[in-house]
Amino acid sequence: MPAAQYISWFRDIGLDDRPKVGGKGASLGELHRAGIKVPPGFVVRTEAFEGFIDTLERRAPVRARVEGLAAEGLEGMAAVSRELRTRIEEAALPPDLQLEIRDAYGRLGEPQVPPAVAVRSSATTEDAADASFAGLQDTYLWVTQADSLIAKIRSCWASLYSLESLSYRRRQGIAESAVAMAVVVQTMVDARTAGVMFTRSPLSGDRSVITIEAAWGLGSALVSGEVTPDRWVVGKITGEISVRNISDKAIRHAQSPAGGVEELAVEDSVRREPCLTDEELQSLRAIGRQIERHYGRPQDIEWAIDRHSREIMLLQSRPETVWSNKDQAASAAKVSDPLLHVMKIFGGQR
Amino acid sequence: MNAQLKPREFPLPSSVKVISGTERAQAAYPYHIQFSKADDQKFWFYNSMHFPEPMSAFDMVTAEAAYCALGAANTRVHCLPTTLGIDHRIINGRVYIGGNAVTDPEEIARRTGEFQKRAFYYYENWESLYAQWKQKMLKLIEDAKALPDPVLPEFEPLEHVRAGRGIASNHDLLVTYQKTLEGYFRMWHHHFEFLLLGYGAYLTFFGFCKKAFPEITDQTIARMVAGIDAEIFRPDDELRRLARCAVELEVDAHFREGASVEEVMRSLRASGEPGRRWLEELAASREPWFNINVGDGFYHYHRSWNDDLSMPFAAIPGYARRVRAGEPMDRQVDKLREERGRLIADYRELLENDEERAAYDQMIGLAHRVFPYVEGHKFYCEHWYTNLFFNKIRSFGGLLAAHGFFAGAEDVFHLTHYELEAAIIDLMNAWSTGSPPRGPAYWPPLVAERRAAIKEWARHETPPALGPIPDVIDDPAIVMLWGITRESLDNWLSAGAATDSNEVRGFAASSGVVEGIARIVMSVEEISRLQQGDILVCHVTNPTWTPIFQKIRAAVSDIGGSMSHAAIVAREYGLPAVVGTGNATSKIKDGQRIRVDGGRGIVTLLH
Repeated sequence: MPAAQYISWFRDIGLDDRPKVGGKGASLGELHRAGIKVPPGFVVRTEAFEGFIDTLERRAPVRARVEGLAAEGLEGMAAVSRELRTRIEEAALPPDLQLEIRDAYGRLGEPQVPPAVAVRSSATTEDAADASFAGLQDTYLWVTQADSLIAKIRSCWASLYSLESLSYRRRQGIAESAVAMAVVVQTMVDARTAGVMFTRSPLSGDRSVITIEAAWGLGSALVSGEVTPDRWVVGKITGEISVRNISDKAIRHAQSPAGGVEELAVEDSVRREPCLTDEELQSLRAIGRQIERHYGRPQDIEWAIDRHSREIMLLQSRPETVWSNKDQAASAAKVSDPLLHVMKIFGGQR
Repeated sequence: MNAQLKPREFPLPSSVKVISGTERAQAAYPYHIQFSKADDQKFWFYNSMHFPEPMSAFDMVTAEAAYCALGAANTRVHCLPTTLGIDHRIINGRVYIGGNAVTDPEEIARRTGEFQKRAFYYYENWESLYAQWKQKMLKLIEDAKALPDPVLPEFEPLEHVRAGRGIASNHDLLVTYQKTLEGYFRMWHHHFEFLLLGYGAYLTFFGFCKKAFPEITDQTIARMVAGIDAEIFRPDDELRRLARCAVELEVDAHFREGASVEEVMRSLRASGEPGRRWLEELAASREPWFNINVGDGFYHYHRSWNDDLSMPFAAIPGYARRVRAGEPMDRQVDKLREERGRLIADYRELLENDEERAAYDQMIGLAHRVFPYVEGHKFYCEHWYTNLFFNKIRSFGGLLAAHGFFAGAEDVFHLTHYELEAAIIDLMNAWSTGSPPRGPAYWPPLVAERRAAIKEWARHETPPALGPIPDVIDDPAIVMLWGITRESLDNWLSAGAATDSNEVRGFAASSGVVEGIARIVMSVEEISRLQQGDILVCHVTNPTWTPIFQKIRAAVSDIGGSMSHAAIVAREYGLPAVVGTGNATSKIKDGQRIRVDGGRGIVTLLH
């Protein structure tokens, strides 16, 4: 087999590869390089998407159709979205690309056992937009066949032409030539508990605490809002657990025997039990700190704990954007005479 | 319920009645600290932090002397821009205080100019002024120790006569009494010489941290600032040293559970050389380190370890067991220092930019500069000096009792210091005229009446605050010393509404979660009720109860902030502590099972 043209393994990716592997892919590669446990996987690079779209363009315009849309014309936009998505979903992938994907997929599993993977879109748009934009694209969990994997990759590409994505791009005035998508294919973690971790408080913007939210089973139940997660606030430096909100977690997501994800009721005995131990909270804190240090800025992190190995696996990390983009007044500035600081207390300047 | 939505208010001072049958005891307090109609215009709160129990007539001197000195420092010496001194009143034995805010911008500006000339000089010369302060305090203590015991010989000693002394022993009583009183008032001036400035520098850093890290816990900030070598830790250090000596000399078995101090001393003396050597070590520790009260020193019955060895002796068996078990016991000063350094560096790294980091460095530098005083002054002022003072008054009580004024020396504390001077002059007169003093017929019924009044007052709850509620409380003295803000007032007001909750909330003072049996300890006399493994629930946690921290599993208090010494000691002992709950002693029942979560500041009543 010739060297892969269209895919890159996580171990070969760093942040600089972002234009070709998208934000999610670059971040997973970077985490892997930083020595953080990441479920193994690869990225279908943007070249694959671009080659695919170029083939479509040769039959009929794609990018020009989008650029011709007015930002407000919702109805017209919906029609274009339907048309382009159908064209993408119905087109076959080039044979050499299919071959590369099937080969890489096979290498993820044990011989004869097709691996279960998550398929996630990984957009290449700019940082600031990424956080909001990322949420608009699709993720498919528990994909267990090569054919189905290929279909999901195409669906990820098609999601770039969803009504939400199109209207977002038109509003933001993003040039279609700048739009590309990589797709992350990553081994599924059979999660006992999964969740998110913010290395900066989403409530107050405090950088000295880590907020952890988690629920039983796969993280999708939490991300989709179908379950109220347990929530902890842990001192980033002290490890002190200042908030413990244990919720009633009625449902969990698990692998469906039919493929994909199904919703199950949580056994009564553990519904109101914390889904993480204090020890696990401390391990998460350490990982959160390590990642934040590595990137030099606060992060929003998705993670899962493997049911069997009990290892914490990192699924995704992206820079925190909400507080970072706020123009925050400094808490205090250096003053010529350090004593002037006390006037805040004594001078009625509070 | 609509009733709960109605804005609640604190009663006006004029509506608070003197409890029936105690009117005469109330009248004993001087006119200027009785509430008047004009006081209805002002907001007052009950200073339960410093005066948690009704004040006897004499002990009121502490409020008088302290507010005299505090006000002088604020109003006239350092000229705090936005506040003057603090007024105080006493009703039903309870001390209410009210601040005097400066609100006129022009006046604030004028005072700011003065403040910066004065307070800034103190900050800039802190170390040398503090060194000078210690010398002043030691001199004051020496002077107090040098005061003679009050005695009245039958005849003036011959050597006085032959030396041509010219004044008689009855005059010495007045001189000693007045010097004793003067020394106490002077001590309080020393006490407040640095205090507000010290707290202010600390709160500046505290405020910065809260702004930069909105969810940082108070105790984390405290750990970044807390001093490590403060004198207040020494008495407990000495106890550990003595326990180690006892083990080395193999005399620790003499400290039997339940044995009285006299029994232990007797059996040590009888044990020969090792016992004698240990008693020498004890004597070395006692001066000065056992001059520490079992309370905050504001009440005459907060006796020192020197006066009553039962408290330190009770702690020795526990420490000795740990020595024998080879457990580490010393305060690990290096470790504490290293941990403090790491916290400071790690939080610094999290700051937004170099500008903030520079400000952080400036503020923490200042906080570290002032802190030795903030933690250190208590040993000299509230403990050492206060012991000398109350003991001197006690010896006057003994003299008066011997002349029939009282049934016992302790009765003296039911006279105000003004009345005590009158009683002393009565005795001086009687000694000189040869007539019987009038006091023996006059004082005993009054003392009985006042003793009964204090008992009665202690049975009644007193409102946490009086008068119109201010919109904001921005008085740095009030905020600093009592941690009272508009929010805490609202909490007090709503305290009655949420009585069905099984939670008590306060400041998270020291992390950790434990469950155990609550033991309500309302005053120092009740300390002996604590059993190994109990959870201490008290009105004010007190650092000088330190030795009992080895016995308890957690501490909960009504009053106090995360910088209270109890919080500091709890952190050192690694015991969970929740302080400043407002009402733990009334909501928690003695013997009840509770869970203390010191990291979140929550106490849960389990059944």
